[in-house]
Amino acid sequence: MPPEPLSFAAAFAPALLDPLRAAPTVVTGPNGRTAGKRYDVYRNNVTVSLIDALAAIYPAVQRITGADFFRAMARFHVRENPPTSPLLFEYGRGFPDFVARYEHAQTMPWLADVARLERAWLDAYHARDAAPLAPAQLAAIGPERLADLVFTPHPAAQIVRSDFSAGTIFAANRDGASVNRIDASTPEDALITRPGFDVIVQHLPPGGAVFAICLTEGRPLGEAAASALDASSDFDIAANIAGLIGAGAFTSIAFGDA
Amino acid sequence: MSAKHVVTSLALAGALSTALATLAAAAPLTKAEADAAVAAKKEKCFGVALKGQNDCAAGPGTTCQGTSTTDFQGNAWKFVQGGTCASIDLPNGKKGSLKPV
Repeated sequence: MPPEPLSFAAAFAPALLDPLRAAPTVVTGPNGRTAGKRYDVYRNNVTVSLIDALAAIYPAVQRITGADFFRAMARFHVRENPPTSPLLFEYGRGFPDFVARYEHAQTMPWLADVARLERAWLDAYHARDAAPLAPAQLAAIGPERLADLVFTPHPAAQIVRSDFSAGTIFAANRDGASVNRIDASTPEDALITRPGFDVIVQHLPPGGAVFAICLTEGRPLGEAAASALDASSDFDIAANIAGLIGAGAFTSIAFGDA
Repeated sequence: MSAKHVVTSLALAGALSTALATLAAAAPLTKAEADAAVAAKKEKCFGVALKGQNDCAAGPGTTCQGTSTTDFQGNAWKFVQGGTCASIDLPNGKKGSLKPV
């Protein structure tokens, strides 16, 4: 009698990511002998698939570290974190935090933020399509009501803040072009959007991240602008409104307390 | 909420009209023209991975991910970075070099 599918999976799976565990007894070869080498084929395929998944999601991180380093780091992550979704592009959501903790990556304190940008890029790519807010809708608002205006964020819109030049490093390493010297010490905030079919990653100006985060959290325009000015006296309200609307960061507007 | 700054309606209105002027200058297409452009692009690009990204722009599992590589037995891990990391500096006292520790 073949075992029940669920109990078979429960017996089969646990040793897949742990090379020190014995092959499960439900796996047998001809004549009922144990089949450790056959089970190792599954171990290999699971491990390689998940490492390849991380390499596909985080190509800039791999380019920065080199493939050997990346695959070693990814293997540690894979062994600690079995997938929870059958969709491989959902795998590795915790990888940026893992990179931040990873002992051998401590000399690259900006690497985790580059990974966060890559994750945001992929999530924006897969986010639900939505038409961005048309500027004409804003033109119709009376000036006395502007401070109470609230914005609905676009499904793809995300903000990634970094104490380092993560955006510049990300951009320089996402394609095969040669990389000039980069000073990693300038803090950079990035806005990720997908107003149409292409993901756009751009730098936010001073105060821009605070402004964008406030608005995507549903706080009214007047309060968001005040918070951004508190964060940076260089904050330019007009440029930031134009930048966010132009990037497709929102889909609609409403009035907070109306 | 905000202690230091209060943004008046007048300031917001001025900023918004400047922003809208900027956006109008940047988007000379009429709605019909824009829709036509988007529709054309959609037809052309649907289902095609973006150029200039990695081979698997839609993420893993969306293309044929080869599983023939043998990775499992690698116990002699190398921690020497071989990529572009050596070109990234951290001048303010922090180490940016990627030699193995």
